[in-house]
Amino acid sequence: MAKNTKGFPLTHVLGFIMSLVLTFAALGVALKTNLPFKTILWIIGSLAVIQAALQLYMFMHMNEGEDGKSQIINVAYGFFIAFVTVAGSIWVMSFGM
Amino acid sequence: MSANVNTALPLEYQTEQNRMNILGFWIFLGAEIILFGTLFAVFSVLSARYAGGPTPKDLFEIKDVMVETILLLTSSFTCGLAIYEMRRHNRNGLLLWFIITLLLGAGFVFMEITEFIHYVHEGATMQTSAFLSSFFVLLGTHGLHVSMGIGWATMVIIQILKRGLTPVTARKTFIIGLYWHFLDVVWIFIFTFVYLARMVA
Repeated sequence: MAKNTKGFPLTHVLGFIMSLVLTFAALGVALKTNLPFKTILWIIGSLAVIQAALQLYMFMHMNEGEDGKSQIINVAYGFFIAFVTVAGSIWVMSFGM
Repeated sequence: MSANVNTALPLEYQTEQNRMNILGFWIFLGAEIILFGTLFAVFSVLSARYAGGPTPKDLFEIKDVMVETILLLTSSFTCGLAIYEMRRHNRNGLLLWFIITLLLGAGFVFMEITEFIHYVHEGATMQTSAFLSSFFVLLGTHGLHVSMGIGWATMVIIQILKRGLTPVTARKTFIIGLYWHFLDVVWIFIFTFVYLARMVA
């Protein structure tokens, strides 16, 4: 449990700055480089996952509380199912194209 | 309800009921991730079916998208600061950051509605193509979540004003905070896979 009862909300400020950096990095990679589309997709996709994890840990304190572990497992499972749904749909629907 | 009270913990975690409500809300967020996952799946499959209508390159204005992104990201940050102030038992600090959060959220919704109206005037409606149907459903579901969050948070603010900071109001504030951050998490993926990726493709 965060004991930040005094002082400066360092985690939040750091999380915010890092999120801004990641957002503009994704923008730069996507629109200012001439990399192949697949490479760009992998890079900005990874940046998005990192930024989402930052929000979950630094803003939402996902690992906090007596149920921290259950919360992490639950969210990770949600993301896993979402990923399978998206990747599976693209895979199935691209047959024969 | 007051069983198992632990006053060493932050207000929102002090009672058993509160701890269960917070865990329950995390489970709800797990279901929300999957809901948005299905909408992202539909968009990914249909996003190149233009049916002769406008393409992402014709429609998307990166400047407006960046303004929306920064508004929502900043509101997620100020929402974190609101919870931080709540843990210092600073009610006025909590209310100040909370209201700033909602104003930024309202700015986001305003920008998004303006963007949609602009698209419709360019002939890009939900009926135009599969790309636009899936686009409006995904973005509309997210925008509706943000709008409902603003209404929900307003009611929580009224409760804090009336009852002060108690374990119950603190728990409600913490939970709307989780919801608000989650909406920004979804937006990160919309920004990346709907706007950026489709503008490059």
